[in-house]
Amino acid sequence: MAHHVLATPVTEAQVRALRINDTVTLEGTLFGIRDANQIALFDKGRETRFDLRGHAAMHTAPNVRRVEPSVEHPTGYAPMCVGTTTSARMERFTRPLLEKQGVRLIVGKGGLGAGSLAAFAERGGAYLAVIGGTAALETTWVEAIEDVDMDDLHPESLWKFRVRGFGPLLVAMDSHGGSLYAEVETRARANRDSALSRLGVVK
Amino acid sequence: MKVDLRQVEDAARELYVRALKVLPPDIKEGLARVSRTESDSTAKSVLGTMIRNIAVAEQTDNLLCQDTGIPIYSVTIGRGVEVDGVSLKAAIRSGCERATQEHSLRSSVVHPITRKNEQTSCGPGVPPIHIDFSDHPDELVIEMVPKGSGSENNSWLRMAIPAEGVGAIKTFVIDCVLDAGGKTCPPTIVGVGVGGTSDLCVALAKRAATRALGSACADAEGAKLERELTEAVNTLGVGPQGLGGDTTAFAVHVEIAATHITMNPVAVNMQCHSARRASATFTPRGVAYGF
Repeated sequence: MAHHVLATPVTEAQVRALRINDTVTLEGTLFGIRDANQIALFDKGRETRFDLRGHAAMHTAPNVRRVEPSVEHPTGYAPMCVGTTTSARMERFTRPLLEKQGVRLIVGKGGLGAGSLAAFAERGGAYLAVIGGTAALETTWVEAIEDVDMDDLHPESLWKFRVRGFGPLLVAMDSHGGSLYAEVETRARANRDSALSRLGVVK
Repeated sequence: MKVDLRQVEDAARELYVRALKVLPPDIKEGLARVSRTESDSTAKSVLGTMIRNIAVAEQTDNLLCQDTGIPIYSVTIGRGVEVDGVSLKAAIRSGCERATQEHSLRSSVVHPITRKNEQTSCGPGVPPIHIDFSDHPDELVIEMVPKGSGSENNSWLRMAIPAEGVGAIKTFVIDCVLDAGGKTCPPTIVGVGVGGTSDLCVALAKRAATRALGSACADAEGAKLERELTEAVNTLGVGPQGLGGDTTAFAVHVEIAATHITMNPVAVNMQCHSARRASATFTPRGVAYGF
């Protein structure tokens, strides 16, 4: 259970070194992706001017404040509350995110499925779990909004955050077929019958 | 008592922001309790982060969670309260819009077909405003719940039949908790509606999910069912965030209504660990805020 401090972008070798139950702290750039911008990118053929190759992308749509554009806030947006959302809704976008955009790390909550796990193994990717519903804390790890694209989809724009000490995040799915969610689900489903018998339910 | 609608609008704005920033004491106590009893080390660490987040939100005057949810308002009007219903609803909607714009809240509400976001947290039929009545003299209560989508996306209705008995209800709840896994941000409050019509059953589940921890179903059979189900779901091992552990739900809450001789409906609606709610009570003495 190693701890890794990763400055983005990362290499395939760095991602392949991650194993489930390891922890990661991200430094540098973190992109924010979401339902609407991935539908636009992968279903509607829109392009982004961002280069996501080797980067980490978090499932998020943040609360932001409008401010006067400045060196600190070049987009005219300041981060107010940045957290994560349920990743499972965006399951089918994992493969194109890795293959077309070159993303290496996905940050989210609740986990992704078998299709994503296969894509992580083939392409060299991993899923880093951040604790859902703890956005106030995560916001303290976000220094600034460096850039924003596809802002017509606001708040589901494509966000480019500058982060510092973003973590620890738990490696919950790795590039070697390991998934904490699959392990937990298998165990939980195996407990179903005993839970029902405890409730007096006769099969 | 005559209700001042400007105060209602201000309260509707204030309630949304308060609910997003400060968790009710029963939820804080619930987290502290499960954090003491949890035996899994990852789960303990996850629960510790949730507790730390509550403190950071209060210290930094920030929102607990990025998801501003779908705003839901419930109004309970006591005896002798004079208020124009249409204007009351308009004032609440206006307060909700003002909260969003004046506090830079993320508008999480879109048109269901065009997906257009008006950036006001409002749209057709949203916020839902429920109106009910009580026998409390000179009192009007507004309760507000920002319902997050992680938990709301995991909502179910099953029109079971009488031959399936109460076993169908229990099995359905267990299967819903398994299907939800970590998607609902556990530990959750699992709200279960039993009986009624299809729409009433779903509404009961929502009411159950948003009840305070420590409260019990008013019906003795419903209360017994919630005790049994609370114990059973916490043997599954889904754990906080679906990462495994003893703590899958703070509690299972049940609300019941009578149903048809041919029907046995059951609905499940969940509330995430950030079980946010706030209330404002209007009396002749003024407005008091609570949870």
